[in-house]
Amino acid sequence: MGLNVEAVHRSGVVVARLRGELDHHTSDAVRARVDTLLEDTGSIRLLWNLSELTFMDSSGLGVLLGRYRRISQRGGKMACCGLTAPVRKLLELSGVLQIVPVYDDESGGIAALREA
Amino acid sequence: MDARRNVMRVEFSSRSENESFARVAVAAFVAQLDPTVEELTEIKTAVSEAVTNAIIHGYGEREGMVTVTCTLEGDTVEIMVEDQGIGMEDVELARQPMYTSRPDLERSGMGFTIMENFVDRVEIDSRPRQGTRVRLIKQLKSRATPDD
Ligand SMILES: Nc1ncnc2c1ncn2[C@@H]1O[C@H](COP(=O)(O)OP(=O)(O)O)[C@@H](O)[C@H]1O
Ligand SMILES: [Mg+2]
Repeated sequence: MGLNVEAVHRSGVVVARLRGELDHHTSDAVRARVDTLLEDTGSIRLLWNLSELTFMDSSGLGVLLGRYRRISQRGGKMACCGLTAPVRKLLELSGVLQIVPVYDDESGGIAALREA
Repeated sequence: MDARRNVMRVEFSSRSENESFARVAVAAFVAQLDPTVEELTEIKTAVSEAVTNAIIHGYGEREGMVTVTCTLEGDTVEIMVEDQGIGMEDVELARQPMYTSRPDLERSGMGFTIMENFVDRVEIDSRPRQGTRVRLIKQLKSRATPDD
């Protein structure tokens, strides 16, 4: 249980890999980790790798949408990759899929964000 | 029918680390009805939404107790999530997609919308300054043809 956040900087893109359960309790750690790396690198390109996310609820949507807002305001881009069926359903239901592009895997997402 | 009613109740402090505990407790209890993985995920997500609301909206900075009661009857799962927190002035407004009273906490306002999509019925009984009760009802399709 809990959540492991791995945030790395790859060719100008901040990649956030979430492993475990993203809920209200674990959302603060994700926010802190990702925001710190975005600030430290000055990057405005963010890719969420959600392939090992085993649970997510609307608190997770709040985290994604919050980062989306901040990055869009600075003219940046955000994307997701590795969606499991339940996570895809949640993003679809909430309209996130209409504004955030989705890629199969990390390399596809990084390539697309680098071009953007 | 009555002889088949099976009830489980847990009560816990309104601390965020108990959100996952509440999901797991309900899922473990519901498992005896042989739900599909998808049904179980939907139930866990709806429970997580209601319990998180009790913790952050119902009690906020205060600490109180949250009660989760799960009743199994035939192929139906009923989950009641209760708090004695601040309650709601306007339940219809609260149910609106994207409505949140706490944008400062980066809430998405999608909690009730998710509950409504993931279970068959959501009933909210709330009184300002007294508390809130959210009742989630879901019929398991996997049990349409009972094997016992
Ligand atoms: N248990 C509760 N006690 C008091 N207010 C609540 C409770 N549950 C929900 N609310 C109110 O309903 C609103 C909408 O809830 P929800 O759809 O889950 O969105 P969010 O949690 O993102 O704000 C909350 O912002 C809050 O004002
Ligand atoms: Mg909520």
